[in-house]
Amino acid sequence: MFVKKLKNFTNKSMLNDLKNLSDPLKYSKLINVKGMKKKDLKIFLQNMMLIRNTENKVAHLVKNKVINCPAHLCTGQEAISVGVLSNCRKGDMVYGNHRSHGHYLALGGDIKKLFLELQGKPQGCSKGMGGSMHIVDRSVGFEGSVPIVAGTIPTAVGAALKSKLKQDKTISIAFFGDGACEEGSFHECLNFSSLHSLPIIFVAENNLFSSHLDIHLRQPSNRLARYAEAHKIKNFTVDGNDVVKVFKTIKNNMNKLRNGKGPLFIECISYRHLGHVGHDENVDVGVNRTLKDLKNWKKNDPILRLSRSLNKKKIFSKKYIENLDFKINQKVEQFYKYSKKIKLIKNKKIKEYIY
Amino acid sequence: MKKKIYTYSEAINEAFKYILKKYPESFVIGQGLWSPWYVGNTMKDLPEKFGKKRIIESPVSEAGITGIAVGASLNKMKPIVIHPRMDFMLLAADAIVNQSSKWKFMLGGANSSTVTIRSIINRGAEQGAQHSQSLYSMFANIPGIIIVIPSTPQDAFELLIKSVLTKSTVIYVDDRWLYSEKSEINFNFLKKKENLLNIKPKIFKKGNDITLISLGYGMKILQNIDEKLKKENISSEIIDLRIINPFNAKVCINSAQKTKRVCVLDYGWGNCGISSEVISRISENNNKSSKKIKFLKITLPDFPAPTNKLNERDYYISPSKILNKIKKTFFK
Repeated sequence: MFVKKLKNFTNKSMLNDLKNLSDPLKYSKLINVKGMKKKDLKIFLQNMMLIRNTENKVAHLVKNKVINCPAHLCTGQEAISVGVLSNCRKGDMVYGNHRSHGHYLALGGDIKKLFLELQGKPQGCSKGMGGSMHIVDRSVGFEGSVPIVAGTIPTAVGAALKSKLKQDKTISIAFFGDGACEEGSFHECLNFSSLHSLPIIFVAENNLFSSHLDIHLRQPSNRLARYAEAHKIKNFTVDGNDVVKVFKTIKNNMNKLRNGKGPLFIECISYRHLGHVGHDENVDVGVNRTLKDLKNWKKNDPILRLSRSLNKKKIFSKKYIENLDFKINQKVEQFYKYSKKIKLIKNKKIKEYIY
Repeated sequence: MKKKIYTYSEAINEAFKYILKKYPESFVIGQGLWSPWYVGNTMKDLPEKFGKKRIIESPVSEAGITGIAVGASLNKMKPIVIHPRMDFMLLAADAIVNQSSKWKFMLGGANSSTVTIRSIINRGAEQGAQHSQSLYSMFANIPGIIIVIPSTPQDAFELLIKSVLTKSTVIYVDDRWLYSEKSEINFNFLKKKENLLNIKPKIFKKGNDITLISLGYGMKILQNIDEKLKKENISSEIIDLRIINPFNAKVCINSAQKTKRVCVLDYGWGNCGISSEVISRISENNNKSSKKIKFLKITLPDFPAPTNKLNERDYYISPSKILNKIKKTFFK
């Protein structure tokens, strides 16, 4: 359907290299959970629900002007953070971007400190110096996120270079979007990490939009993994709303990666339920972002799909899942309430963070 | 350690040897590192001595490579990036200005980029506009980057080691036109743990009649001018700026208040440059004094470096022309 629309904007025939993956109506609705442990599936579901409920709460707080920093929410893309990061172990180094609440939470980052940070309070994860776009929790391996597009890709490659020089079997992970693939340093980094076989996973979260603009108006093909091919990097393009698929793709390649046979590039196709920044759906802002598309993509919701699959396979009952979500939501509310009670004060150490 | 005479480029080479030997987490990355001629003789013997795994010859990717070094420094490594020409380093501006210098601040001190970026100035020989620029003032405008500019073999050695050991982003700028300068190196500083941030501009030579201030290659010119002024019984005090960000102006202010005559020479451009900053700081601090301080600012003309040999000769102002300007401004 993007191909059809494209003709209105450019005279070049757009390559829909993603084929069915770019069309939510053509997705297989059920997730193949074969071979997965019940325990792990529950963790996937819980973590995705935690991210969803947190993002919903943040959206509400942004709307009500409790949170005033720019907040880029990852609602709809939870399966990517959870699927990829469930493969991490201690010592691995993860770098995010402007849209990183999901990465932070999937690794087990402190939720209270996230809420405090979003309110600019010095007790926050970045001491109130970062807001939503600059978050960090090194205790769980979330090494930092910053909003310059592709900004942390070289940083993550540098972390992987450390792993190689020290031969410590750790890996690094860089999360970035489709827009970042249009930046020069992205290509420089693919080239360098391939040349040196660095233990890094490039995670391209392809939500088909960079800020307001449809990928079809920015690139001659909508498939990002073609860049990895050009640099001789092992790559996969997967359904980014299928948490099991994302998880397994990484898992099957982890040993090689830890043993010096990197890098790895995984492109996860997804769609964000909210606009580029803030709490609303932005159907009026995005070029090519229509309410109809959004509705279709919402039918392809990663949490909904996993829930249905688990229910259908009789792993968890509908009621059990609803209850799980309810409890997680309560927890999120509690964490927010805690953060709300703490008074906003100035950070008096501001000059200590320069040199 | 015993004292020995080193050239400026040998001093840089010695500093690398010291760092690489003492700190296994240190490594060097950049272009031309495996070539004997590419960066003067400053990288001589390093690949053979420390291995090509630690002396990493990189693809032509300034932005990526600098960012990668930033990332390594955030993970307990001590990387030194080399940009054989400062002009090309501009491609890495995001890694330096947006990432490295701000990482600690943005994340509330959770981590700090400690990368050392060695940037080399070369100019002249008809190389033209993109092979000639002294861009340190541009970067000195950014809080969070320490900018180090050695003018002597001692500083070339000492400040490179201190740059690598400092827990901040450092741009270390050396100048090809100084590579054959010779002097003795005193190694005593190695026993003390002195923070790079405590290093101030230095009085290179004491005097009473005029304060001459410069940095990097300009210091060599000032020594030439000092000889000439001496013959006319004018005693000059010479100050080497050495570190221009963060800039500690105290030495300059004190000297200016003593001599009341200040000439600042910079082989970079003048507008919004370090020469203007020096004069501004001295002026601001002289508001209460009854006696006026006279200033002269000498910089490159406000246009890019030409390739034509004759134009080039005018472009890099000669010591005799500088001397005339000094005499006309202060001693007519």
